[in-house]
Amino acid sequence: MEFTIEFDKQQIEAIENILQEELIDLGVQSVILMDLAGNVIVNLESGDKRHDVYSLAALAAGNYGAVSAMANIIGEQEFSLLFHKGEEESIHFSKVVEDLLLLTIFNKNVSLGFLRLKVAEAVKRIQALI
Amino acid sequence: MALINPKKKEVQVKIVYYGPGRGGKTTNLEYINRKFKKRIQSEMVTVKTYGDRTLFFDFLPFDIGEIKGHSIKIQLYTVPGQVKYNATRRLVLRGVDGIVFVADSMDLRREMNIRSLQNLKENLETFNKNIFNIPLVMQYNKRDLEEEGIPILSIDTLQKDLNSRLQAPFFPASAVRGDNVAATMKKIIAFTVSSLRKKLE
Repeated sequence: MEFTIEFDKQQIEAIENILQEELIDLGVQSVILMDLAGNVIVNLESGDKRHDVYSLAALAAGNYGAVSAMANIIGEQEFSLLFHKGEEESIHFSKVVEDLLLLTIFNKNVSLGFLRLKVAEAVKRIQALI
Repeated sequence: MALINPKKKEVQVKIVYYGPGRGGKTTNLEYINRKFKKRIQSEMVTVKTYGDRTLFFDFLPFDIGEIKGHSIKIQLYTVPGQVKYNATRRLVLRGVDGIVFVADSMDLRREMNIRSLQNLKENLETFNKNIFNIPLVMQYNKRDLEEEGIPILSIDTLQKDLNSRLQAPFFPASAVRGDNVAATMKKIIAFTVSSLRKKLE
């Protein structure tokens, strides 16, 4: 089984547009579409803040794997949505398809409820592309 | 398989340092981090537990320049060596492109090396990967211990135990001193990247 999905240039551009429209325009600071091997597929950032996205993706892949193992212990297949709340910045993870995660970093100016709605929209549109 | 981004013309290559616990995998990465500081833009990430043992993995990304117009991002990982952390080891192996097997030269660790290599083989099989087909480099670490009078395995013995069938390139090394750490890394990068070249054409 190979885990890395291959994308062509058009697909990547289409995904970037979706993430820009649904999330960056909403005020989200950073979005990363990544695979579970820890590879960054698409990354968009707004504002001045730059995150170390490669380290973030590596840790997020590990984190997702660990949490999935926790899910199995309580009889769940997985937790398809994770949220880590910080004082200023928070991280939201959502599964897109098998082996693909969408990671969103946002601050207090974005409401969690609205973000979840927009992430769900973006995920649906990306699923339609791949 | 490495991830190729045709838009950014970027390739992400995942190399994993595998081997028994306390064998020097993290020490390899720490040395690389110090030695190649200028080329490494971000901090080395380590997830450690009580007693300074690797719990999850260490992660060290750096750029090695361009091949066929693509910028190559190497991502070095270690796995936790302790037997009980197999689930985590398997997780880190997901999507691996190349492996360095760090064996411990200490006499006492002979059995642990063999078991860890067997464990690597089995874990790769869960991803339908064959240890004989993946770029792999052997490193026989802790050669410096001989000078301290600690009994170590001869290179011949290590080769017979671990590498008689694999026939992988091998390096005697001392991660603490830095002997052959860079050579091991360069070898696995060259090995892994050459298998990618065809794909980039």
